[in-house]
Formats: sequence, C-alpha cells, structure tokens
Amino acid sequence: MSANVKKSKGGPDRHPLAPWMFLAPYLVYAAVFFAYPLLYAGWLAFHQTDGPQASVFVGLGNFKFVFTDPMFYKALSNTTIYAIASICIQLPIALGLAMLLNNSNSRMKGAFRLMIFSPNLVGQIFVGVMFAVIFTPHYGLFNKGLNALIGWGLEEQWLQNPDLLLPALIIISLWMYVGYNMIYFLAGLQSVDKQLIEAAQIDGANAWQTFLHITLPQIKPIAIFVVIMSTIGSYQLFELPFALMKGQGFGPDNAALTIVGYLYDWGFNVGDLGTAAAIGWVLAVIIFTISIFQIKVTRAYDVD
Amino acid sequence: MHTVHWVLILAAVIYVALRLIPGKGWKIAPAYLRVVLLAIAAFLTLTPFIWLICSAFKDKTIMMQYTFLPPVSDWFNGSLNLENFRRLLTEVYNSPQGPVYFWQYIVNSIFLSCTITSINILFSSMAGYALAKYRFRGRNVIAFVMIGSMMFPSMLFLAPLFEMIYKFGWMDSYLALIVPGAITVFGIFLFRQAMVGVPNSLLESARVDGASEFRIYWEITLPLVRPVTAAYCLITFLATWNAFLQPQIFVQTQSKLPLPVVLNQYIGLYVQEYGIFLAGTLLAIIPPAILFFILQKEFVAGLTSGATKG
Repeated sequence: MSANVKKSKGGPDRHPLAPWMFLAPYLVYAAVFFAYPLLYAGWLAFHQTDGPQASVFVGLGNFKFVFTDPMFYKALSNTTIYAIASICIQLPIALGLAMLLNNSNSRMKGAFRLMIFSPNLVGQIFVGVMFAVIFTPHYGLFNKGLNALIGWGLEEQWLQNPDLLLPALIIISLWMYVGYNMIYFLAGLQSVDKQLIEAAQIDGANAWQTFLHITLPQIKPIAIFVVIMSTIGSYQLFELPFALMKGQGFGPDNAALTIVGYLYDWGFNVGDLGTAAAIGWVLAVIIFTISIFQIKVTRAYDVD
Repeated sequence: MHTVHWVLILAAVIYVALRLIPGKGWKIAPAYLRVVLLAIAAFLTLTPFIWLICSAFKDKTIMMQYTFLPPVSDWFNGSLNLENFRRLLTEVYNSPQGPVYFWQYIVNSIFLSCTITSINILFSSMAGYALAKYRFRGRNVIAFVMIGSMMFPSMLFLAPLFEMIYKFGWMDSYLALIVPGAITVFGIFLFRQAMVGVPNSLLESARVDGASEFRIYWEITLPLVRPVTAAYCLITFLATWNAFLQPQIFVQTQSKLPLPVVLNQYIGLYVQEYGIFLAGTLLAIIPPAILFFILQKEFVAGLTSGATKG
C-alpha cells in the first residue's frame, strides 16, 4: 500500500517495530551480559569480597594492593615479553610465508595454507596437553628434534627451568598462530595492485625496494589490524600455560604467570572477586592504551 | 651429521645448480626455493600432529623408545595397539556423584557446542539483519554500543559474571555457558556485512507478496548469505569446543564437564601414562578437524572479510 512511498526513502521499512524484534535478543544480552556486568565490575573493584556473598567497601585498596604486589609485576613482565616476542617473531614469519604463498600456483597455495593454518583448530588446552609431553627432556619430540638439528637441547628442562619456560611458550604460540596471521596477510597481499608492482619492476626496483615501497604501504591497514589483534590476544594468554603446568601453579619462579593467570588465581583460587575485578580493569586499560598507541604510531609514520 | 642436515644440504645444492643453468634457471630457482621453504614450514607444523597420532597407538612399553613409530617389523607384535583408547574409554572416573566414562565428556562437548552454535547463529544473524536492512532511529547508537563493547576484554567480565551466575542459581548448570554465549558482536557485524549486499528489491517484492518480516529474513536473506553462515558456524563451534575457562569455573559435577576441562585433569591423573591422555587429545581434535575440512573455503573467506574492507 504505502510500499512505494517508503521505497523512495531508500530502505524497505514497513513495521516500525520490526528491527527491534530482530534486535531483541541482542538488547537483552547487552543489558544483562554487557552493561550490567560492566557496572558491576566497577562496583566490585572497590570492594573486598570473600566468595559471592560477603563484601566490604575498600576504596582504592584493591588497586593499591595490585600495584604493590611483586607478583603483579612478574605477571606484567611475563605477558609483555610474550606479547613483544609474538609480534616481533611471529608476524614477520607470517608475512614471509604469506608472500611465499601469494607467489605460488593456486593448487599448492590451498594445500600449504591448509597445513600451516591447521594448529589453529586445536584449543590452547589441547595444545598445552600435547606440548607438556613434547617438551620432555631426553624423550620429547622437541628436545629430540632440536638435538638432531643443532646438536643442543636434548636434556634441557624446558618446563622446569624458569629461564626456558617463557621461550617455550613463545615457541608453542608461534606454532599455533603463525598460520592464523598468515591468512590475514595473504588476504591483504591478494588485494595489492599487481600493476603497481610491475611498474616498479620495469623502473628497475629490486625485490626489497618493491616490497618496502609498494607492497608494505598497501597492506598497512591489515598489518595494523594483525598487530593490534595479536597484542590483545597475547595480553589475554592464560589457558596454554595453565595446561602446560598441568593446572598446578604457574611454573618455577612463576615464569608462566600471566595477567589473566593472576586474575584467575585471585578470583577463583583465593575467592576475592574484588581484586580480580580490579586486575580486570588494569588489563582493560593496558590493552586499550597499547591499541591506541599502536594506531597513533602507525599513523604518525604515515605522515613522513 | 643427522639426516636433517643431509636434506638441507641437498636442497641447497639443488638451488645452486638451478641458478647455474643459464637463462631458464634464473626463473626456476626462486620458485623452487619457495616450495622448499613452504614445505619446511608445513613439515614443522604437521610434525606434532603426526607425533600425536603415533603416540596414541603406541604401547606404553615402547612409548619413550621411538620418537614416532617402531620399525615396521615390530608393528604387528603388539607394539602398536588400541590399548590407550581401550583404557581411556573403559576406565571410570569415580566422582562423588558416581562413576563417569570418557564418552560422557564427548557427548557433553558435542551437545554444548551444537546448542551454543545454533542459538548464536540465529541471534547474531537476526541482529545483523536488523542493522543491514532497516533504517530506524537509534541504529547508530546501537552500532556504537556494539563497537564500544568490543573494546573491553572478556576477562574484565569474568568476576562480575561469576557473581551473577551464582545469584541466578545457574552454578553447575549449562545455562551458565549457553546464555552468555548466545550472541556475539563479532557475529553480528559479520552477518551485517554480508546482508548489506542482499538486494533490497528482492525483500521489497517478497513484502509486496505478503511475506512476514521474519519470513523475509529466514527464507530469503539467510539462505543468500550461506557462505558467511558456514564460516561463522565453524568459528563459533571451534570457540565453544575449545572453551576452557567458563566451564572450568561454572561447572563442578564431573559428569557434566566438557573435554578441555577433563583433559586438563587427565594430565595430573595419568602422570606417567601419557599415551592415555594423548589418545584423548586425538579424539578431542577430530570433530573440529572434520568440520574444518568440510567448511574450510568459507571459513577462510569469512575470517578475513571484516579485515580486508578496513
């Protein structure tokens, strides 16, 4: 009836309540599982709790405690080292593999992409269970493999030595996530203008110059996306070290303690949800600040 | 010198030889090098899986003796058997609520993943449809809230969620896992992105024919975005199948636990007999692997669809 009139306004819009009907599940979800817990997390952070029943207002006490606790700084430094290593080691390898794949013929591309991506299907807990055995001194697959390759490491106690535990985590996460990041870089590379590259080559640019001045600027949006996603993911590391340490503590010298591990310990081993909420806010601020910083830095570089 | 070194040296020699061929060699050599490097990467990626499969079938007496498999002559004298699987599936866990068999955890995981995935696809696609195909007051506000909510790490909500679940009386109930997992903002945007491309004229003509708003969404729009639905199905299934933290915190009864929580227990339970929990891990990664092989094309496209547009 009035369809033609509405149509001229641009969108099919008949029932004024129709969109709200489709949005109803989200609205309920957003109210109950986003807005309310967000406010609740704010309230909790200023209270000391003992399980879900008892609570006392403590002002900034929880934050004061967290910022004076050496365990927090241990968790922060472990997580930061892990995040930096993930970005500096994993992402260049992922980009390199994506570039190798991008130049391959299509059938090979599909097969290699599938194989290199496959660890991403396996949850961190399952990976942790596997690698708890793979890193066994003398018998483990990794120890034997490393020994065969460079003649070192057969007897190294990767999971018992506080100096080697974090490197072990970084190696495992390389195995898990390099294919995932590679997929994103590959998607970025496929949208690079091939004519520009050919033009550069005709002008006598070598492979490195072409990469630096043609390819890299064009995949920059996706590269920023991958860097930010990796940082956010790295700062939320928990399950992998948890399973690797067999659910008992955070390894020798707390070498596998992450920020979320620290949060979990306070919330669900100690039962102080207030401190856990405060740690949650600290984590949120860290992630938010780093993301903003990364966007700013990459934008600033753009102006040059 | 190990075999590894000979293989690497051989690969290098072939590369040098190719480069020395005048003319054509200059073009073949880089292509050859690419394949070698990719093959090394693929080999390193797949080795832990091959090792896992071998370990699951090895008898415990030879578990440490060989990295992968014993020599072929030993294959049929009992070195390779199904003992790990037999023990995994027949040994009971005596919990305070009664004995539990391993198959129970597989059933739990399948039930939870399928339920959450179905509900999540329905609700996320509905909200995505509303954003893509309707113009209404408040649409921008809702989109803004959605984007804003993605900036908070999920760990921030863990402590308040624990209190809420406790007060709702959902402790030790699957409701504690299903309801908070019923929708994701990521899914909403994935569906919105895909549904924007569905032509309005199609929806308009269905409307003229008297189709209800829900039928237009369910019978016309949703089938048209099947690739995205497939991708999101796999993403959600993987996330719930591998989820550990929420079930670890909210579920206590042994017979209700999903696989990740149980396998994490089993490392402590079968300390030295790791053939058993490796067999369990192998069983646990087969269902997502099958689903991935079926849906892999859509999955890769869906994964990157949000990022490439940005």
